[in-house]
Amino acid sequence: MNFLNDPINFIAGWMHGLLTGWGLPDGLTTVIIYFIGITVLIIFAMTLDIFLVWVERKVVARFQDRLGPNRIGPFGLIQPFADIIKLIIKEDITPAGADKLLYNLGPVLAIASVIILWAILPLSSKIFGVDLNVAVLYLVAAGALGTLSIIVGGWASNNKYALLGAFRMVANMISYEIPMVVALLIPTILADTMSVQGITQAQSGMWFAILSPLALIIFLISAIAELGRSPFDLNEAESEIVAGFHIEYTGMKFGLFYAGELLHAFTFGGFIAVLFFGGYGGFFGLEKIGFFSWLNNPFVQAVVFLAKALFGYWVIMWIKYSMPRIRIDHMLAFNWKFLTPLALVVLVNTAILSKVLAGLPNWGYVLGMFFSNIVIGFITVEILRAYGRKQRKAEAKLSPQSTQKQEQAA
Amino acid sequence: MSIPLNWYLILAAALFSIGLFGVLSRKNAIAILLGVELMLNAVNINLVAFWRYLDPVKMAGQVFAIIVFAVAAAEVAVGLALIISVYRRRRTVVADEIDLMKW
Amino acid sequence: MTADKIIFLLCAVLILASALMVVTTRKLIHAALWLVAALFGVAILYAVLQASFLAVVQVVVYIGAIAILFIFAVMLTRREMLDKGVQTRSNWWLPALLGLLILAGLVFLILGQPAFGRTAAEMPAGVDTLRNLGTALVSPDAFVLPFEVASVLLLAALVGAVYIASGKKE
Repeated sequence: MNFLNDPINFIAGWMHGLLTGWGLPDGLTTVIIYFIGITVLIIFAMTLDIFLVWVERKVVARFQDRLGPNRIGPFGLIQPFADIIKLIIKEDITPAGADKLLYNLGPVLAIASVIILWAILPLSSKIFGVDLNVAVLYLVAAGALGTLSIIVGGWASNNKYALLGAFRMVANMISYEIPMVVALLIPTILADTMSVQGITQAQSGMWFAILSPLALIIFLISAIAELGRSPFDLNEAESEIVAGFHIEYTGMKFGLFYAGELLHAFTFGGFIAVLFFGGYGGFFGLEKIGFFSWLNNPFVQAVVFLAKALFGYWVIMWIKYSMPRIRIDHMLAFNWKFLTPLALVVLVNTAILSKVLAGLPNWGYVLGMFFSNIVIGFITVEILRAYGRKQRKAEAKLSPQSTQKQEQAA
Repeated sequence: MSIPLNWYLILAAALFSIGLFGVLSRKNAIAILLGVELMLNAVNINLVAFWRYLDPVKMAGQVFAIIVFAVAAAEVAVGLALIISVYRRRRTVVADEIDLMKW
Repeated sequence: MTADKIIFLLCAVLILASALMVVTTRKLIHAALWLVAALFGVAILYAVLQASFLAVVQVVVYIGAIAILFIFAVMLTRREMLDKGVQTRSNWWLPALLGLLILAGLVFLILGQPAFGRTAAEMPAGVDTLRNLGTALVSPDAFVLPFEVASVLLLAALVGAVYIASGKKE
């Protein structure tokens, strides 16, 4: 066990020796080492968050055919620090009649619900917080805490628009948890375990994105709705409801909400990478060849994971800056009438096929799952087309031109 | 695991009594439901503690706890729907004021 | 005083203090949020008892659904934004006495049983509680029937709640 192959255990062992050498009891040493590990992980996540602010602003600028921040520092890299300084020196206002404790608790809960997700994110096979055996369900639980933070923030502001925005956002987030849980069950079935390390290692043969592309699409859509990002951001749209539940938040409290949302988007990008694109591994067996054994190094795996997570984050941003907003009743109808039945159909299909095709060789299994997804997708598109045709005919009958024609004919 | 079983049982008993106090002494119907939730959680702590301490291989305790989760969720949903429906008609949620059999 | 005893005592303080705040606080929203704190403490307790699936399901179902239902119901049934007046009935000393008596009786019964003083045996190696739980819930000679009945109950509750709360005129 040296530093390059197993960094966390190496450092933990060294610190343990150091602290017990100073005379501290064994249990206390372990607790101190755990606290230092947690602090380092949180510092890493928050530093990444600062970088993500820069990425977000540059990427949105390029999507909108402009340059983005480029004055402060090379390529505008110092811009996030300018933003932070601006937010910190703003006046800290608490609206009159607001519930002080809850008003201050809202942003803290929002960022806490994101940081607790970093405990299970597998940066590499040897660098991770904890290997929970119910990690997939833990992801849903952290989403539930995020929902709570929005209600607390919206209610404590003592403002009608904040409360309305909070209601809509919570209705949105709770509704889209259902297809997300069902879509999360599909990698669980394919990998036969709920632990993220197990799911990553089960993808060393073939990525789950290829075994079940519909699950990837459903999870992506539900994740974007959970994050409250466009096209599902009617809850905090400036032109509709004046920033929704965070109207009354200024300064660093708003900064916590904003930074928390970006970090949440990146964390979900990381989970898409872990659950569907092979996480820190997934080189289709390449790392077993002797020449490529450096792919098993924990640091290389961490870089690969972060690159895939950034790609997932970029896809989420791409969807945000290319699509118009969806109305709240369309959002909920889309979830309950389309996404949930589709997710259930894909789940049943995956569960049955994973047992039926288990006997086939690997390529037969992969092709079978992939084609079953294509078939389901095709049938769905056909149903949608027929439904759309029926709607258009019904509207054409009721339109003013056709009623005029009927009156002329009569 | 050096915690004796009766610590868990005493904690569950205390939580149950606090929930009972809440149910019997609050005016607002929603606050009464909050007390019922506390009592259900006390029961669940008991079930899971007994599962762990007596026979962690057989899953009867955990399955029972999961069924209690489902029943609690169903009861809260229907109970709150009733309260909201009564509020719409009578504009009150104080349990004492809902005292007519037919209005 | 080992580490897990310290964790248990901290958890117990959190749970009981939050429960007391739930039943005594004046503002109903605060009561619902103290309930969230108590439920979170119970989830930590499940994790200490090595029932990890139950701990996460407690957070998802109780905090993520039931507590949010409570908060919505509180927000939808208030005429003013403030809670005026005393929230407990005038004879609150009677339920308090009853609660204390029941607590004393239960504690006496619990401490009277020497078998309850045992400490937990180590979890047998190789037991995957998650897999066993899944098998128990769907296996015909285990608990599939209560599981299916619970799902029918949830369906009935869902339909009933939607119908009652929809407020359609007859």
